[in-house]
Amino acid sequence: MTDQTRDIRMQVMWNRLISVVEEQAMTLLRTAFSTSVREAGDLSAGVFDPAGRMLAQAVTGTPGHVNTMAEAVLHFIAEIGRDNMHASDTYVTNDPWKGTGHLHDITMVSPSFLGDDLVGFFACTAHVVDVGGRGFGADGKSVYEEGIQIPIMKFAERGQVNATLVQMIRSNVREPNQVVGDFYSLAACNDVGHRRLIAMMQEIGLTSLDDLGDFIFSRTHAATLDRLRGLPQGTWSNQILTDGYDETVKLVAEVSITGDRINVDFAGSAPVSRYGINVPIIYTKAYACYALKCVVAPDIPNNWASLGLFTISSPENILNAPRPAPVSVRHVIGHLVPDLVLGALAQALPGQVLAEGAAALWNIHMSVRPVAGAIGRRAEILMFNSGGMGARPGLDGLSATAFPSGVMTMPIEATEHTGPIVVWRKELRPDSGGDGQYRGGLGQIIEIEPAPGHEFDFSAMFDRVNHPALGRDGGGQGAAGRVALDDGTVLKPKGWQHVPAGRRLVLHLPGGGGYGDPGARGPEARAEDALKGYVTGNKP
Amino acid sequence: MSAPIRLGADIGGTFTDIALEAHGKLFSTKVLTNYAAPEQAILDGIDVVLAEAGISLADLDIVIHGTTLATNALIERRGARTAFVTTEGFRDVIEMRTENRFAQYDLNMVLPKPLIPREDRFAVAGRIGAQGQELLPLDEVALAALADQIASAGFGAVAIGFIHSYMNPAHEHRAREIIAAKVAVPISISSEVSPQMREFERFNTVCANAYVRPQMADYLTRLQARLQALGARCPVFMIHSGGGLISVETAAEFPVRLVESGPAGGAIFAADVAQKFGLQKVVSYDMGGTTAKICLIEDYAPKTARTFEVARTYRFAKGSGMPISIPVIEMIEIGAGGGSLAWVDAMGRIQTGPESAGSEPGPACYQRGGMRPAITDADLVLGKLDADNFAGGAIRLSSDAARAAVLRDVGDKLGLGAEAAAFGICEVVDENMANAARVHAVENGKNISDNMMIAFGGAAPLHAARLCEKLGIDRCLIPVGAGVGSAIGFLKAPFGYEALASHILRLTSFDADTVNALVAGLKTTAERFVRAGTRAAIQSEITAFMRYVGQGWEIPVTLPDRAYTAADAEMLRSKFSENYARFFGRAIEGLDGLEIEIVTWSVKAQDLRAAPDQIALISGGTRAAHKLSRAVFDPSRGELMATAIINRSDLTPGARVSGPAVIVERETSTVVTAPFDVVMQSDGSLLMIRKGAAE
Repeated sequence: MTDQTRDIRMQVMWNRLISVVEEQAMTLLRTAFSTSVREAGDLSAGVFDPAGRMLAQAVTGTPGHVNTMAEAVLHFIAEIGRDNMHASDTYVTNDPWKGTGHLHDITMVSPSFLGDDLVGFFACTAHVVDVGGRGFGADGKSVYEEGIQIPIMKFAERGQVNATLVQMIRSNVREPNQVVGDFYSLAACNDVGHRRLIAMMQEIGLTSLDDLGDFIFSRTHAATLDRLRGLPQGTWSNQILTDGYDETVKLVAEVSITGDRINVDFAGSAPVSRYGINVPIIYTKAYACYALKCVVAPDIPNNWASLGLFTISSPENILNAPRPAPVSVRHVIGHLVPDLVLGALAQALPGQVLAEGAAALWNIHMSVRPVAGAIGRRAEILMFNSGGMGARPGLDGLSATAFPSGVMTMPIEATEHTGPIVVWRKELRPDSGGDGQYRGGLGQIIEIEPAPGHEFDFSAMFDRVNHPALGRDGGGQGAAGRVALDDGTVLKPKGWQHVPAGRRLVLHLPGGGGYGDPGARGPEARAEDALKGYVTGNKP
Repeated sequence: MSAPIRLGADIGGTFTDIALEAHGKLFSTKVLTNYAAPEQAILDGIDVVLAEAGISLADLDIVIHGTTLATNALIERRGARTAFVTTEGFRDVIEMRTENRFAQYDLNMVLPKPLIPREDRFAVAGRIGAQGQELLPLDEVALAALADQIASAGFGAVAIGFIHSYMNPAHEHRAREIIAAKVAVPISISSEVSPQMREFERFNTVCANAYVRPQMADYLTRLQARLQALGARCPVFMIHSGGGLISVETAAEFPVRLVESGPAGGAIFAADVAQKFGLQKVVSYDMGGTTAKICLIEDYAPKTARTFEVARTYRFAKGSGMPISIPVIEMIEIGAGGGSLAWVDAMGRIQTGPESAGSEPGPACYQRGGMRPAITDADLVLGKLDADNFAGGAIRLSSDAARAAVLRDVGDKLGLGAEAAAFGICEVVDENMANAARVHAVENGKNISDNMMIAFGGAAPLHAARLCEKLGIDRCLIPVGAGVGSAIGFLKAPFGYEALASHILRLTSFDADTVNALVAGLKTTAERFVRAGTRAAIQSEITAFMRYVGQGWEIPVTLPDRAYTAADAEMLRSKFSENYARFFGRAIEGLDGLEIEIVTWSVKAQDLRAAPDQIALISGGTRAAHKLSRAVFDPSRGELMATAIINRSDLTPGARVSGPAVIVERETSTVVTAPFDVVMQSDGSLLMIRKGAAE
């Protein structure tokens, strides 16, 4: 066989590996219990070599999970130890600093053996509906208040599930069946990946993934390097202000492009918060790398080699919060990291980077119960909702679209079946996109009422209420978010709050910033905005 | 009395295929699709086959028609200006979609525009709850005013979609009454078009139905009128996406059900071949000019799904099209056809499709102005095609042009020679198809290598053997008439209709009366459609789509066709656990109080057909002598090998040829790679068998 046909075969195997992890992710989507996984796709799946280097990831999934999982596997290898690994083992953790940044995400890693040889690992992550503690929200004072902590340990040894662990979890979470069901789904998804990998290796006659790994990494490294060398060299910095829990939080980033790598440093950002909005560095890194990759190398597959040329540094602060800081809603600040990093990159690459957007998902976690004395249902309900994305150079921003997160919203018909609430409104928010030659994406308006005879508490995890998304290159800012009841009572953007029976929670999600001088927006675009009611001239 | 004379007409993107079954013989032809007057191409094609068969239009007993016109209207946005009436607070459901970016790293991605623009979407107050209860009465005064507005604005169609209408359609029915009193255009309501949970999918489906309805109704009326004017006295039936026949009247009312009817015909064709040869586990593989379709067929019946996506706008990416929730033959379609173009990406990896050269300009080897290499060019460079004998000699292919294109866009960039580059292109497209097939099998809880392949469509026989190598499949059948497979499939389709309804029911509160009433209602609906075409006995297949409470994905459980009792809850529980384990490895056991629920119910009714005459598969055979030979690249060896070149017409039943070999015929070539033998069957089909596989 010639070198040329060998390369083609390697490429075909690479494709196959990607197909294997897609199957792995599909299994998780179809068996999961939490709506966050099954309807919203808040998950990741990937395959790793025996050294813990990510070979391929499922396209399905969200950057906060994918890029953190890429690091997490190394911790599993270090703590379990090769001698303690057996076929049909599954390892688990929800450690925020070794997993994906908060206790609600369960990461599972399974070794893959071909005969007696360890040939790789499969890993997956998903957000479960409850982990006990105070529930999903920013009010904890330390991670100990945020729920049960599962150190890196065995969920199953040689196929035998750790019954003690399952019992512990059952006693510590509010929806034990759903949570334990999701543990099984995660384990099953790794099993599927493993079976497909072994079948592929047997079919092709491989005894290890070494050659394939070298091929994947060398190709990816060379292509990414090629892109880096085409970038201007230098250092650029940016800062943004965000709502924080009860006081403004400043985030600072310095992006340095030097020779063969890009480093992002977060020195100067606000100190560690007293509330659960802190971000472990593993999660900060995940989103910083995601932002870099979107601009520098969007078409290059995500793996160990593509991520390896991006480095992150930070002193201890809100973006590098040490244990035991509270981190439950780390995604809110974490989702702002791309806007922070992109603002610095925009100086290096003028005319190429989009405006700021709503950034953080507007997740609502509701604990619904019957009012005192009434008969009804209790339920934990989680909804993911998105504001507007920033305008792009050359294109309007996407309305009500998740960015940087990669999740989907849940159908409201499905949400209303999970618990006693009524969603009265979920539609675009006119006048919320920042003006500009290219308009920012619109936010949305959501109205939710407890079903008759019920009330609910909800955990607010919202940002851009006090600090709207800024435009770029002359574009206007997007509309700020708003949290209120239908009687006009203004609520806080973060923390647990109450919605009594008969009242509606009204959320105005923020819009994206505009791009370029508003005076340059064409008359056809303005006419279209007016015709469709995207812009009415009223206050948003 | 002799067997009925049946005619099938399949309008595809490039060709309109006609198949006629008369006096025990099959006649077929291909004519170019006529976009301006689609019925004209059918009439032209009919002339050809009628003349060949020596009969007249008046002799036809039935015309069965399938068309991509509805699909094309959706893709090209050439439907009626439609008003969409929906629940207040939900005006933007079809525009906000899933709030997701289907291309994670592409910051310049563009979402497909909603089928109905915002200015044509109107919201009215009124709300049904998740349990079907009325939370807020319908605002009939506002609706009446809206009806006036719609009437004066000159809309061509109206769609109505309200939240939770699949649980309680009362508001949709009332809204239709009020609007119909003032508006003369057709009105479609979501609880009739697609009574399934999930508002984005259901609303989009009812909008799509309304959008294509005036155009399809006009076309169908014209077609019938022209056929009658020319002397036809037989009824016309339409093939729907679920693979059954419906009356023209039903099709005109629910034209969204015609989307993907051509591929459905292909699956029916494969199912019929499978039944003839008694093959219980089959994967059909249909590769044409633009796409490849792969479908699992068990016990001679393709499975149906409840939702699919049309008009994908972003490299065939999942989520970039529009969801349509109707019963559809479950298959996977990817952008891999003879015309799919190849290039090299930033990583130095060869990529193929979904962009296609189509028939204009076509692959480089057509020499009609196409400069970029397509799969057909790579096939030609590798010696798989005979340049002088392609498509019955209609187009003379240029090997030089193919070679130049392959080198320029792929070979030169990677430092590969023409053969190696062409091999790379074919390997990549074959691997893409193999991956799609594997994923499709896994999604259905099946193992792909347990199946026998049936390959048809112009490009499939060139790639089938390699695909079988990759999938671990030992046997592949290339049937007769593969070039017009879908049109032949139409002739075999049953009168059939599937009625669906979402109604969530936990097994712990299983109520036999409710279930019996629900199933009886669906049965009445389904049978009404079937009765429009046949007086034969009807068979019903009843399916419950079930999951653990809290999950979002349901798996199908087939129920016996009889009245249910309270005891059936236990039967459902055990059948569900069994199916769950088959899909996902193991059922979840030992969770206290983890409940199981049924989400959607389906009744598929169809008329009973006599089984086709059985043909025994010849898998032994005797070695046939052959003379001609040329060098063809063998993918598993990775080199050119001396390969037998044999005319299909020279092979007699039972003749066996050892691969590598190429069996050539008028429409295409069958490539038998080194690991396979091929055996001629008694009906003219070709059977490829892996060397050394159990016979």
